[in-house]
Amino acid sequence: MRAGVKYVDEFRDHDVAAGLASRIAAEVDTSRTYRLMEFCGGHTHAIHRHGIQDLMPANVDFIHGPGCPVCVLPMARIDAAIELAERHGVTLLTYGDMMRVPAGGRRSLMTAKAAGADIRMIYSTQDALEIARRNASRPVVFFAIGFETTTPPTAVALKTAAAEGLTNFSVFCNHVLTPAALRQLLEPDDGDRVEVDGFLGPSHVSTVIGSRPYEVFAEHYGKPIVITGFEPLDVMQATLMAIRQLNDGRHEVENQYTRVVTRDGNRRAQDLMDEVFEVRASFEWRGLGDIAASALKIRPAFAAFDAEQRYDLTPSRSRDVKGCECPAILRGQKKPEDCRLFGTVCTPETPMGSCMVSSEGACAAHWSYGRFRSDGDTADRAA
Amino acid sequence: MNDERRLPGRIDLKRGAVDMSHGSGGRAMMQLIEQVFLPHLGGEAAIAGNDFAAFDSEPGRMVVATDAHVISPLFFPGGDIGSLAVHGTINDVAMAGAVPRLIAASFVLEEGFPLADLDRIAASMGEAARAARVPVVAGDTKVVERGKGDGVFITTTGIGRVPEGIAIAGDRARAGDAILVSGTMGDHGVAIMSKRENLAFDTELRSDTAPLHGLVAAMIAAVPEIRCLRDPTRGGLATTLNEIARQSGVGMRLREAAIPVRDDVGAACEFLGLDPLYVANEGKLVAICPAARAETLLAAMRADPLGRDATIIGEVVADEHGFVQMETVLGGNRMVDWLAGEQLPRIC
Repeated sequence: MRAGVKYVDEFRDHDVAAGLASRIAAEVDTSRTYRLMEFCGGHTHAIHRHGIQDLMPANVDFIHGPGCPVCVLPMARIDAAIELAERHGVTLLTYGDMMRVPAGGRRSLMTAKAAGADIRMIYSTQDALEIARRNASRPVVFFAIGFETTTPPTAVALKTAAAEGLTNFSVFCNHVLTPAALRQLLEPDDGDRVEVDGFLGPSHVSTVIGSRPYEVFAEHYGKPIVITGFEPLDVMQATLMAIRQLNDGRHEVENQYTRVVTRDGNRRAQDLMDEVFEVRASFEWRGLGDIAASALKIRPAFAAFDAEQRYDLTPSRSRDVKGCECPAILRGQKKPEDCRLFGTVCTPETPMGSCMVSSEGACAAHWSYGRFRSDGDTADRAA
Repeated sequence: MNDERRLPGRIDLKRGAVDMSHGSGGRAMMQLIEQVFLPHLGGEAAIAGNDFAAFDSEPGRMVVATDAHVISPLFFPGGDIGSLAVHGTINDVAMAGAVPRLIAASFVLEEGFPLADLDRIAASMGEAARAARVPVVAGDTKVVERGKGDGVFITTTGIGRVPEGIAIAGDRARAGDAILVSGTMGDHGVAIMSKRENLAFDTELRSDTAPLHGLVAAMIAAVPEIRCLRDPTRGGLATTLNEIARQSGVGMRLREAAIPVRDDVGAACEFLGLDPLYVANEGKLVAICPAARAETLLAAMRADPLGRDATIIGEVVADEHGFVQMETVLGGNRMVDWLAGEQLPRIC
């Protein structure tokens, strides 16, 4: 076990952090601000959990991006998953974070489970296949969510199921594509653009897709993008790299996470995804609306394992809770404490919006780790 | 119980299983009590065969605590539900600064549960109770149909007496007090997780389940002014500190670098996406005492094998919001909030 997760402390070293903090302080141009969007929820979590904001000069601001898999899934897709479990009587399997995400009618997978639906939390797609094998007489559906990081394992599960003839298994596919979300942030259909100076780019997603897909954004929109690891020192070093680019007037894709990410990414994983999935014409994102070519669906060759076709699911339009600012927060246009629901009716125990559910969500991270920073009003709500 | 009075017939401890008759109040139940529970747990009071145990009271303040145990899996590295049920209740009593005197235990058994496993659990309970010198003096057994339980649930209730002059409670923390822990955080929870069917990973790690009343007695002898004691079980250290902060109407400031976490626990938590501050312990305690007495208390804790890795992790501060905050290893600040949702069910 130990050998498998070595180098944890090395990436959380106090002295190295202090060194990076003083470099950043020395190099920032005090006459301007640096608005850096960390795309991934993993970065949002790391920034809050390790108190990185405290090590930054006042003019360096982290804007939390939409890269939280459960946060961007629209309510209608969760309603459809509940329908699968309740109306079609399937055993529904999903990753833990999905369980508490609010669905329509103040429901969630967890409340549906409590009401008797067979909904189970799993840790890997291998668990999903095993449950299907052991329950051959029951229909078993894997509720697949996530960006390019979790997509290859779903592809493997579909190929395995096809090879084994595991006919009781199918996948409700909700996998989404990172570059499409980035494009929507930089050039939204409604013109309501996010004000950011640069990006801290995804870590795990980039191990799969590589750094090349971001190059067009850096060039076309003139924004530096620094691919960044999830450890706190990664985030600090990448911040320094982004600041240097902005100071130099550069806008390049730089790779801080060279120990894992290459320019071309993981070709085998890409091939696997391409074999099993094709791009949807359009997909609804929570907060970002409908985005063309932004998600994957299962190819016709694997149609027998596609829950959307097998159960004739046609998710309706989503209607978010009134007053919930998740859409603006996911676009980096508002901060959690700007939402009137934050800390009043919306808390991790009773989330109204998806950003309050996952530890990667901006609201949950601010609530759990950072609300002492808020001025009187929010802190009072929080007490 | 002497052999002439024992009901005839041996139950099959090797291949037998609990059936509904074992909870019926009839002869089968009596056989179960006589052949499984009494040999391991039977003190003098239990042997009397009454539905109660009588004991002489002493002057002074008494403490009672009760604890239901539903852990899965029943057997885990470092212990089982039997030893855990004894330790858990002893610790609840000890956290009042009390000397635990006796325990009552009630069992809910599921039809079909192997008698060999039940015997093993009863033996482990007996051993834990003898080692702790806190006898199990009364008990009860019920059986539920197959599928209505999960093997065995054990509820234990403990009674103890608080020594003269000791006043320990969760509402007594004051700004300026020191916060100490008796050792590494998260061992129990990670040991349990490592054996869960859908998570299983290889580790040498064992649960820290242990009775803490000996450690508490040594701490009280050294520093009678201890204000709060609590064992950070479900929800871990973070939840325990938030409870005390709320009860006492104070805030807390911790230093992440001072909180002891084993390397393998830290690694497993990284791997599973957990925070060791929220993972359960079963043989550790949190103590709060006046700052001026902290070093004396620390020395007393470290002199006990169960407090060998004790450290001072922070201080109590005035804070109307009751926030528990922490200086991170990196040098930033964060809150250490209440546990949201359920990190891992059925941990104790």
